Amino acid sequence: MIKIISPGILTSIQDLGRVGHAHFGIPTSGAMDKQSHQLANAILNNEKNAATLEITYGNVKFEFLQACEICITGANFSPEINGNTIALNKRVAVNRGAVFTLGKRVYGLRTYLAIQGGINSETIFGSRSFYEGITTKSNIKKGDIIEVFNSNKRTSSNNYSRFKVDLEYFISSVIECYQGPEFDLLTDEQQKKLLNTQFTISPKNSRMGYMLTEKIENQLPSILSSGVLPGTVQLTPSGELIVLMRDCQVTGGYPRVLQLTESAINRLAQKTTGEKVIINLI
Amino acid sequence: MTNDVQYKPFGDSAILITWENTIAPEIIRNINNFKDIIFHQKKEQLVDFIIGYNSLLLKYKVSFNFYDEVQELEELYKLTDNNHQVSAVRWEIPVCYDVEFGFDIESLSRELKLTVEEVIKKHTAVDYTVYFIGFLPGFLYLGGLDDDLEINRKATPILNVPKGSVAIGGKQTGIYPQESAGGWHIIGRTPVNFFNVENKVPCFVKSGDKVQFKPISRETYEQLEIDISLKQYEIVKKSIHD
Repeated sequence: MIKIISPGILTSIQDLGRVGHAHFGIPTSGAMDKQSHQLANAILNNEKNAATLEITYGNVKFEFLQACEICITGANFSPEINGNTIALNKRVAVNRGAVFTLGKRVYGLRTYLAIQGGINSETIFGSRSFYEGITTKSNIKKGDIIEVFNSNKRTSSNNYSRFKVDLEYFISSVIECYQGPEFDLLTDEQQKKLLNTQFTISPKNSRMGYMLTEKIENQLPSILSSGVLPGTVQLTPSGELIVLMRDCQVTGGYPRVLQLTESAINRLAQKTTGEKVIINLI
Repeated sequence: MTNDVQYKPFGDSAILITWENTIAPEIIRNINNFKDIIFHQKKEQLVDFIIGYNSLLLKYKVSFNFYDEVQELEELYKLTDNNHQVSAVRWEIPVCYDVEFGFDIESLSRELKLTVEEVIKKHTAVDYTVYFIGFLPGFLYLGGLDDDLEINRKATPILNVPKGSVAIGGKQTGIYPQESAGGWHIIGRTPVNFFNVENKVPCFVKSGDKVQFKPISRETYEQLEIDISLKQYEIVKKSIHD
C-alpha cells in the first residue's frame, strides 16, 4: 500500500484504457505516454494491463506502507527515496516506511510509478484509468491509500540493470503524423503552413487535448459530427489547432486535418506549455 | 439517397467510412445496417466503432492493408439493404417541464414568440431519431426538432447544467446524462438515467432508435425518481416496425 502525503498538481491511476466502449460515448483514457507506462510494467515483469500512477509535473510525496519493488519511468523530476536519488528505468527495492519524492524537473512532463504486482483499484468497463463520471475518482488526493496486488512473481533477483532510454524521445520537437480525413480540404498554402510552422504548445493543454498557439487562417466550415481518436488534430473555424489526447471525446465537429502516430502521442504527452512541435507528415 | 460511400484511412489502425453530407434517418439506418454486417463478419479484427451523422469509424485491433481491407468492406457493403429494418426501439421518456427544472423555458418561449404550452406541445409531438452517442458518455444526438423551436445557443454557457436536463440548442435537442457545462436552453428535466456505469450496457438507447418525450407533472417526476432509485421503473418502449 502507498499513502499519498502530497499528490502534486495531477496524479491519477492509469492503464491501457477503455477499449470497445466509444459507441456509448466513453473516452479511451489510459496512460498519456503509453510507451513509458508499458516500460515500467515490463521492467517489473508486471501484467501488460497493470495500472501505474501517472504523475504530472512532479512535486509529489508518497509513503510506502509495505516493502515492495517499484520502477520509475517517463519524465525525470529527480526522484528520491528517503532523500537519496534513485535511477529511472530500473527496478528499485523500497523498504516499508520509505518516502518517495519528486523534485526538480530535468526533462519530460509525466512520470510513471509502477509497483510490482500492479495497483489494485476499481475496474470500470475493463479499465482502472481515472475519468470523471466513469470512475469514482478523477484524481488522487492527499491522504489516499493506494492498494497493491500481492505479487510472488519476482524478476530474477540480480536483474537490477538500468534500461537505457534515448533522451531524444523527450527532447525532439518532431511529431509524426498521417494526413487526417479532411487534410485534402486544406488549400496548398494551408498545408504548407501546417507542415512548415514551428508550433508552440499553448497553456490550454490537458489529458483531453493540447491547443497550439500559432493559428492557420481558415475558412473551412465545421463538419457533421463524426468520430475522433486520441491523436486527431482538429482545425477550428477561428484557425486554432487542437491535438486531441487520451481523454478526448469520441465525436467532434471540426475538420480533422492530421492524425498523430501512436509514438507521436506518447512523445507529445511529455511536453508542456511553451514547448515547440514540428509536424512531420509520413 | 445515393449509396456512395467513401473509405479513408484514419491513422494506421482505423478506417473512416462516410456517406453523403446530410443528416437523414435513412442514412443512419444504412450506417447501422452496414455496421451490423461488418461486425457479424469481422468481429475478431475490430475493437470498436464510432457512428456519426454520416459516418462510421472502425477501430482495428490488428494491422491491415488499407486497400485490401477496403475491397473487403466494399463487398460487404453490397449486402446492405435499404429496406432492411435494423432492430430499433421507440423509447418514451418522461419529462417534467416545470419552470424550476426548465429554467430557460420562459425566456425561450418569449424569444420564439410562443407560449410555454406551445413549446411543450411541439417538443413532445415528435419522434426523434437517435443518430449517435457522443460529446459525453450517454449523450444522444437527436434529430427531428420542430423548426419553430430552433434557437441560437446561449452567448455564455453555464457551468452546472443539472443531470437529466432536457435542452434545445440550434437545430438540436438533447438530454444531459450527467452534470456538465452547457450552452443550450434548458426546458425540462427527466428522472431517467441515460448513463449508468453499473450496467454492462451503460446506455439503454442506441443509434437508430427513436425517442419521444412525454410531459409529466412535478408529482409524477418525484414519484418516478423514487421508483428509479428503487429499480422499480421500466421505461416504456416499443419495437419499431415501419
